[in-house]
Amino acid sequence: MDKKTVLNETHRDMGARMVSFGGWDMPVNYGSQIEEHHAVRHDAGMFDVCHMTVVDLRGARTREFLQHLLANDVGKLQNPGKALYSCMLREDGGVIDDLIVYFLSENWFRMVVNAATTEKDVAWIEAQAKPYEVSVEPRFDLGMIAVQGPKAREKAKTVLPGDLAASAMDLKPFSAAYAGEWFVGRTGYTGEDGFEVMMPESEAPAFWRALADAGVAPCGLGARDTLRLEAGMNLYGSDMDETQSPLTSGLAWTVALEPQDRAFNGRSALERQRAGGDLPKFVGLLLEGKGVLRGHQKVFDGDREVGELTSGGFSPTLERSIAMARVAADAGEQLTVDVRGKRLTVRRVKMPFVRNGKACIAL
Amino acid sequence: MSNDVPTELKYTRSHEWVRVDDEGIATIGITDHAQELLGDLVFVELPEVGAELGAGAECAVVESVKAASDVYSPVTGEVLEVNEVLADAPETINQDAYEDGWIFRVRLADPSEVEALLDADAYAEHAESEEH
Repeated sequence: MDKKTVLNETHRDMGARMVSFGGWDMPVNYGSQIEEHHAVRHDAGMFDVCHMTVVDLRGARTREFLQHLLANDVGKLQNPGKALYSCMLREDGGVIDDLIVYFLSENWFRMVVNAATTEKDVAWIEAQAKPYEVSVEPRFDLGMIAVQGPKAREKAKTVLPGDLAASAMDLKPFSAAYAGEWFVGRTGYTGEDGFEVMMPESEAPAFWRALADAGVAPCGLGARDTLRLEAGMNLYGSDMDETQSPLTSGLAWTVALEPQDRAFNGRSALERQRAGGDLPKFVGLLLEGKGVLRGHQKVFDGDREVGELTSGGFSPTLERSIAMARVAADAGEQLTVDVRGKRLTVRRVKMPFVRNGKACIAL
Repeated sequence: MSNDVPTELKYTRSHEWVRVDDEGIATIGITDHAQELLGDLVFVELPEVGAELGAGAECAVVESVKAASDVYSPVTGEVLEVNEVLADAPETINQDAYEDGWIFRVRLADPSEVEALLDADAYAEHAESEEH
């Protein structure tokens, strides 16, 4: 039996098509994934992300603990409310999860981790936290709704609690504000402006309906995937996992090797990988002709297999198929992908494919 | 969206429909139920005209934003024609699965194969049983 978020009944009442998604019964679309995708690119859409887990970390040594736990450096977080994206690594450099961490005070940081990895994440964090006397509190009592799109903030403003609406509108990108148990981060996973809003679970259904009344399109997780793919954002479990490091997943920019004396989990493994050279490259691909690229399809340079797609799909904005791939360091520019026995020509492109509603690549 | 099941057609368990004309030519597509499950279609790989298909053979692929799905020929025969409209407008299947969204036409090698397919009631029951 799949787990249900507090919005499950609301989705059904509002006509969502529900599917099993990583152990959760979630909306895949509300009729048309493509229309929902365009709503987020051109106006505003919302996603139920209550299945993701908020973890509060409290204690005087929390910052020091996170500088050990995470590959990115929370030393960069100097103003309360500021957020940072990071991978959490094993000793061998494999990615346990990717997450966002918010600095709220020296005694309180908040992380948001993936749904499918919550159990192993919390166990790992708790074990790592012990020597630092940091308390680890998963907030299963909080719901989370992402409101995304060029008009997302404007529309969300009208329905946020009064004491939060004004401070939310003043937020800089990748920053958060809170009032009581309501929390608003100007963050997201679509390549658009917007908010991720946390609230007591019991208040999530009314907030969802109020957003819909304010003209925010309810969207399923299908659109969330095409949006994040266009935005060149990695998906845990597809584009990286415990067998890959950030350096082989296009996430080298999230690894802070300076200062050199910060001893974070996985550091020496990453340094060894980097010194060894010839690491696979993580690249964006555009399918030249018709068809759809999918994860796990093999990539070829001439007759030589040089890697595979980590995720792929149809881009509703570009009306072409795009993919992310991990390929050999010496793979050339002229590549093909095996799509059900046929070799289709792809072009290597710089990610993101789409950002703020606009194509970032030439078609 | 209604899950239409026209009574004059025959169906497969893998969600294809078949319409046979007076000259023994079968027009084949996927059902309205199937297109709704797949969601927005973005690409259709059509069979080759002239190909000889066996009943149950994989012969086309419909790709939605979510996933790729094989289409099986319900009958044995030669492909006479394919719906070229789908190359540029795969969403035609979403809009009109039983008419404009047809996929290919086959000259039937053995018309009795059609009799063995599901009728509308049996298909509707099958589709419903698969829902959960």
